[in-house]
Amino acid sequence: MKLRVDYRASLRLVGTVLKYLAVPLCFPLVVALYYGESVLPFVVTMAVTVLVGTGLERLADDPDIGAREGFLMVALTWLAVTIVGAIPFLIEAHGIPFVASPIHPESTLGNPVNALFETMSGFTTTGATVLGDISFDSHTRGIMMWRQLTQWLGGMGIVVLAVAILPELSVGGAQLMDAEAPGPGIEKLTPRIAETARALWGAYLGLTVLEIVLLYGLNVTGHAQNMGVYNAIAHGLTTMPTGGFSPEARSIEAFSAAAQWVVIPFMVAAGTNFALFWHVLTGDPKRLFRDTEFKSYLGVIGVVSAILAGILFLGDGLMSVAPAGETYDQLYLEGIRTAIIGNVEPAVRQSVFQVVSIVTTTGYASIDFNAWSAPAQYVLLFAMFIGGSGGSTGGAVKIVRWYVIVKSLRRELFTTAHPEAVRPVRLAGRAVDERAIRGIYAFTLLYLVLFFVSTGLLHLDAARIGFDVSILETMSAVAATLGNVGPGFGVVGPMGSYLDFSNGSKLYMVLLMWVGRLEILPVLVIFTPEYWRR
Amino acid sequence: MRVIIIGAGQVGSSIAADLDETHEVVVIDCDPERVDELNYSLDVLALHGDGTSVDTLEEADVERADMVIASTDDDETNIVACATAKAISNAFTIARVKNTEYLRTWQRSEKAFGIDFMVCTNLLAAESIVRVVGLPAARDVDPFAGGQVQMAEFEVDEESPVANQTVSEADRFDSLTFAAILRDGEVTIPRGDSVIGPGDRVVVIGSPKSVQGFASSVSPDEPPGTAEEVVIVGGSEIGYHVARLLEERGFKPRLIEHDAERARELAEMLPGTIVMESDATDVDFLEREYIGDADLLVSALDSDEKNLLVSLLAARLGVERTVAVIDTTPYVDLFEAVGVDVGVSPREVVAEEITRFTREGGAENVALIESDKAEVLEIEVDAESVLAGKPIRESVATLPEGVVIGAITRRREFITPRGDTVIEPGDHVVVFVDSCVIDDVTPNL
Repeated sequence: MKLRVDYRASLRLVGTVLKYLAVPLCFPLVVALYYGESVLPFVVTMAVTVLVGTGLERLADDPDIGAREGFLMVALTWLAVTIVGAIPFLIEAHGIPFVASPIHPESTLGNPVNALFETMSGFTTTGATVLGDISFDSHTRGIMMWRQLTQWLGGMGIVVLAVAILPELSVGGAQLMDAEAPGPGIEKLTPRIAETARALWGAYLGLTVLEIVLLYGLNVTGHAQNMGVYNAIAHGLTTMPTGGFSPEARSIEAFSAAAQWVVIPFMVAAGTNFALFWHVLTGDPKRLFRDTEFKSYLGVIGVVSAILAGILFLGDGLMSVAPAGETYDQLYLEGIRTAIIGNVEPAVRQSVFQVVSIVTTTGYASIDFNAWSAPAQYVLLFAMFIGGSGGSTGGAVKIVRWYVIVKSLRRELFTTAHPEAVRPVRLAGRAVDERAIRGIYAFTLLYLVLFFVSTGLLHLDAARIGFDVSILETMSAVAATLGNVGPGFGVVGPMGSYLDFSNGSKLYMVLLMWVGRLEILPVLVIFTPEYWRR
Repeated sequence: MRVIIIGAGQVGSSIAADLDETHEVVVIDCDPERVDELNYSLDVLALHGDGTSVDTLEEADVERADMVIASTDDDETNIVACATAKAISNAFTIARVKNTEYLRTWQRSEKAFGIDFMVCTNLLAAESIVRVVGLPAARDVDPFAGGQVQMAEFEVDEESPVANQTVSEADRFDSLTFAAILRDGEVTIPRGDSVIGPGDRVVVIGSPKSVQGFASSVSPDEPPGTAEEVVIVGGSEIGYHVARLLEERGFKPRLIEHDAERARELAEMLPGTIVMESDATDVDFLEREYIGDADLLVSALDSDEKNLLVSLLAARLGVERTVAVIDTTPYVDLFEAVGVDVGVSPREVVAEEITRFTREGGAENVALIESDKAEVLEIEVDAESVLAGKPIRESVATLPEGVVIGAITRRREFITPRGDTVIEPGDHVVVFVDSCVIDDVTPNL
């Protein structure tokens, strides 16, 4: 049987992207040099990317990218960069036989499955971690910077970045971006797709730099003691992609209230359609507040935060005693209660921070929300399915899809009473194509099916190895990896890790993150026989 | 003035008939029979040929023409004809189009296509239909002076409280003038003691508010302007524009269209309208959707007969008032006689609009009463006008019978005309003129 998909063309482009991955690797290399650490993990990885990349590039001369090749190229790119991106973690833990000894042999990332998990979590901006100890005692600053950089690269999209700067990707670039970009469909801002990609990356880069400057400014003015240059850069690199990898074990809880307030608007911006920033910068700022999705997005954040703030303020959302089997420091619980109950600022800050972090799928925590009680946790579990806006760096189902679903359901109710009525579903005044609505239903249904099936599978697997997790914890773990949120509840809570799952479960979650980042269909389609057939 | 009319269809012939006495009219048409017929029936020169060709236009002596009116049934032909005429002459060009896209293009740059004035049949028809909405019992409503003045024609039936009252009894509004009473096709200029009989039609001119007030005194059961339920049948261009204009005025009309694709298209374009895909003669559907409860039904299907059928069916189901689009102008009277409340002929509306440009004396706006029994004109008064600088009592005495000064606007302010009101140059005056005296009167105004 002759295959119709020109997989060589796809692989060739994967090679090109892989080759250029050597460039961003220079950044952690410089960090390592600055702190006097070994540069070997990065030098070796750069050599691998260039070698494998140029090798793949020899597969085809003049790649012709169609829709099918686009899906394959995008899906494989994310897999390839993840595999190659895991190399620095492995070298850190194992060294290179006969050449270099291990730097931190105790690192949990020495297990290849863990390294793969951490890298996929980074590139897909999930922010779920399997690091045993998040500190500079067990990891070099260079390695940690690479971990944070993977999120930044993955946020706006490696392929979008590639389309922006590699001229060989300009033809067919729209196909590629469509397969990768979050949300239904892409919005071409300029006639040339590469310029659109550059505009999106420009806005992304600008916001990242602004956040770094503001965070470091807080430190200089004495409002955030431990927000040094390293931390400012690390958090800038992981906020804008809605990533959530913090080099601090306590995540954003480690910083002052002022630093937390600064991070909030950047998370909000990260969950906004970046095309809107482009319109704002090119002289149409009103467009931002005319945008239906943006308004609903702010509305959802406002309503959910208000509910949560109320629960926290009254104390209903906070645990007073740790449940049986949990090892909470009673003093920590007491401390949280006295700080939040009856106090407006902490109640509002904690609820807004957590809601924004979960809705935008950033996954930072300004508090260990495992110390919250069930009602507050269910609010957050619900928020994990909302997601940011289409065209943002956020994951999950996304506001625009929920909006269209709600409106089309209302339409169904209307046409039940008036069978002859013709009612298009409108998004910001424009009628949505019925095929797009069908696509949205299919995506959301698949998302929920994947969620429930995966919850069952992971729960069974945990029982098999005798790992004690509740069903809420498993559900949150699936929602957090499939939606690229990051932390869940309980063992996988914001201060915990996914370390104790079996290797099989972790590999499965790698798949969930991959599928979740590329929004299911572009990845699943390459596993169907129809895709490969003529 | 030498006027060339391209296209001798209903619009072209009606304009030609309107102008042949006072102007030098040349009509061009590609149908030799119609050309022959026109040469005998009207005092015009009818030529056989293609109005878009330079040869034909030169044969019609376009260099000497003051005005070229392209009024065929085909938009593109009209546009090309105007552009061609403009290229070889200095004539003022008027084009009739159906497609509003062309109108929008032309409105953006009034030099587009070499057209000096463009009239859009569908839009004008829709506008005249929408004006009737909100004024119960009104058969025709026309705005003047940028909307400051309204002319309206009402039918007074037996139950109306105004029936059998004298004009001075019926006139309880400061800024309202009774221009005419139409009885059995005869126009009479009312005086204070004239009695309004049942079945009469009265033409009033005044501020929109007073016209509304009068509308409710004609039929007090239906307070005007209240959330009227409007149903539009047929998603033609006219149907679409009626829905769109009603949406702009805050109505939530329902539109019935039987073609699935067109229904979807309309639903996308009209966010404030409930579009329903169905056949408007399906009685089960009409009953299920309580169409009979509607205050007004507009039938804008593409056939006159279907519009008549739908209107009669709707009236039977209980719709208060029916408006039908009637393509064949002579049918208007007939349809109104058998039960359609208001008949709107797009061609007549367009002819009316074009006529306004051909008026001597610089009429700003024209409305025709009962097709051609009388006209309501808006005139900007200049220093030479017989009206300027005199109290109305004096100037009217110099004019023949059949002229009524209906309303005056000065610097966009409404002024009620009274005997001692002095008209100044620059004022806009809305005058009702009986057709018999129109040619004597208009040059002097």
